[in-house]
Amino acid sequence: MNRHILSVLVENQSGVLSRVSGLFSRRGYNIDSLTVGETEDPKTSRMTIVVRGDDYILEQIKKQLNKLIDVIKIIELKPNQAVYRELALIKVDAPPESRSAVISTIDIFRAKVVDVGKESLTAEITGDQSKVDAFIELMSPFGIREIVRTGLTALERGSREIKEHKKYEEE
Amino acid sequence: MIAAEVIVHCLAEEGVDLVFGYPGGAVLPLYEALRGGVLRHVLVRQEQAAVHSANGYARVTGRVGVCIGTSGPGATNLVTGIATAYMDSIPLVVITGQVKTSYIGRDVFQEVDITGASESFTKHNYLVRDAAHLPRIIKEAFHIARTGRPGPVLIDIPSDVQAETLKYHYPKDVSIRGYKPTEKGHMGQVKRAVKAIREAKRPLLFAGGGIFLSNAQQELAQFAETTGIPVVHTLMGTGCLPTDHPNLIGMIGSHGFKYANKAMEMADLLIFVGARIADRATGGIQEDLLANRDIIHIDVDPAEIGKNVGCDIPVVGDARLVLLQMLPLVQPLPLEKWRADLKAVKEAEQTPLEFGALVNPKHAIRVLSGMLDDHAVLVADVGQNQFWSARNFQIHGTRRFLCSGGFGTMGYSIPAAVGAKMADPSRTVVSVMGDGSFQMSMYELGTIKANKIGLKMVLFNNSKLGMVRELQDNRYGEPFGVMLDDNPDFTALVAAYGFPVRKVETNEKLEETFREMLAHEGPFFVECIVDSKESTL
Ligand SMILES: Cc1ncc(C[n+]2csc(CCOP(=O)(O)OP(=O)(O)O)c2C)c(N)n1
Repeated sequence: MNRHILSVLVENQSGVLSRVSGLFSRRGYNIDSLTVGETEDPKTSRMTIVVRGDDYILEQIKKQLNKLIDVIKIIELKPNQAVYRELALIKVDAPPESRSAVISTIDIFRAKVVDVGKESLTAEITGDQSKVDAFIELMSPFGIREIVRTGLTALERGSREIKEHKKYEEE
Repeated sequence: MIAAEVIVHCLAEEGVDLVFGYPGGAVLPLYEALRGGVLRHVLVRQEQAAVHSANGYARVTGRVGVCIGTSGPGATNLVTGIATAYMDSIPLVVITGQVKTSYIGRDVFQEVDITGASESFTKHNYLVRDAAHLPRIIKEAFHIARTGRPGPVLIDIPSDVQAETLKYHYPKDVSIRGYKPTEKGHMGQVKRAVKAIREAKRPLLFAGGGIFLSNAQQELAQFAETTGIPVVHTLMGTGCLPTDHPNLIGMIGSHGFKYANKAMEMADLLIFVGARIADRATGGIQEDLLANRDIIHIDVDPAEIGKNVGCDIPVVGDARLVLLQMLPLVQPLPLEKWRADLKAVKEAEQTPLEFGALVNPKHAIRVLSGMLDDHAVLVADVGQNQFWSARNFQIHGTRRFLCSGGFGTMGYSIPAAVGAKMADPSRTVVSVMGDGSFQMSMYELGTIKANKIGLKMVLFNNSKLGMVRELQDNRYGEPFGVMLDDNPDFTALVAAYGFPVRKVETNEKLEETFREMLAHEGPFFVECIVDSKESTL
């Protein structure tokens, strides 16, 4: 099952998130992550949805999403044509004995220390998913206490905007 | 103007003359506005009936049907009707009252999240938080319900919003960024389809309910006649061509005609028009068959194309418009052999009816069909009675056959027939039911009486939930949980409403009784006693 990244413009209205997420659970589509936020136009929100499925499922997801009245446009972002970012906060054990080792790993990844406690510290990392995954893997021997991840967000490379894309069924 | 009055004026602006509803606390302001008499309000006896009646009304008029319910239980009673309309793509605007805006989310008396509950079986829905948005929302709701692939749209309106004041102005235009249905087919695809049709040896048209939704009966007939291509149809496509049309093969599906299913197996090109090719439609057909055929799929909903069967040539568009695009591009095809083969298959399968002591329901429908005029509407319920009707009711003229196809909702017939009759009182409307399904909607006798609706009712009483009894017989042997042997005396029950009633126990009595029924002006009830072992097919 392949991973696909959909970028979806929707009306910025209450209820939209529930319609979209409801569609996924109801029809049994697998969803890895979903992020949403306002765009340059306050009337519009943009969702980045990471889904898993074969070509048939992907086609169905796009078509069913497109049937929702609040969905304005859907494009699929291909790996080499888009930039992807995810942010994660990781609270990790950092007693005096291992603190400097933790910090040097954080530095190698160009992550940041955003909070320091007596026995732990919290690192912030931004990157594509594989970078975040790799960072988490290297942090885990130190003892991870908590992780939060934002889920993937993505934007097409170059100057083309989502508005300039045709609706998918015209392509 | 009070928002409730604005609602009524907006509905009138949309051409609504009739609404089906049931009042309650959360729609009091709206009912005050209805009291003004701009629209006719029909009080049903249970909210589900209001939706089915709006459904029957919409299907006969081709317009959007409207119904109203109060918050909480009123709204949840509407649910089955909304889902029924959704599955058959029937255009409806459903208005529900909601608790006061400031109470929403606090579980107050008769609060239910109906927009959330109906999300997956409405085409769209709205919770109106500001009366100023009402005219736009109503305009959008009608537009969404009626265009593209039609369907029900729900508008939930808190009681305090109904009482707000605003300046009445009904917008002329609608603009919804995310909703621009494709109407005309892509010309490149249309040409590819025509080429495939020209090259096929055994092409077959497969028509669904979309033919009626896009009003494409004439264009379908013209296309079939010009090319010579034979036509099969789904349950919802029943009546797409007159029964005696030379191109018509018949109804496919698990309860369709074997020869129609056989025709699909024999074809080398299938042209689906306004059909979603659901499981029941392909139930009688070999599994891998559809994978090995060339398929053209014409549908206004792109999501239906490729969903249930693969598709070689998709054409997204309104069935009527696409047929009109194709018509100038097609010529008569040399299909004499193919048509002769199908004719032979069909004739080989004509089996005479078997007669026992009690009424043969298939024969009864044939007798009735022979006596009805060319504009009659037959509304079947769900179960064996549905297929006895679909398979034996003859279509000619402007006759219509209606039933709940996609959802198979028992209790559909009476309220839908009420809606059909009220939509056009000049038409003869007959409701055909089983004893189970009648009991799911018999409360509507009250609506029929109060509104003097001249509906003809034919009940096939087999003292069983016949369709389920048959499934159990075929699969498990013994019936369980399907016995209705303690049925009341239905004629006495209906007589209590003051309607003429007849009980028919033999085939000989059918014609005379139906003649009496059809000659009578007002409502009339005929109970036919049927052998509980009678088969569907
Ligand atoms: C609301 C609802 N409940 C249950 C069913 C399942 N069901 C399908 S057909 C049928 C039997 C219908 O019996 P009856 O109305 O007597 O008609 P018959 O099949 O005997 O003609 C049942 C229970 C259904 N379709 N709808």
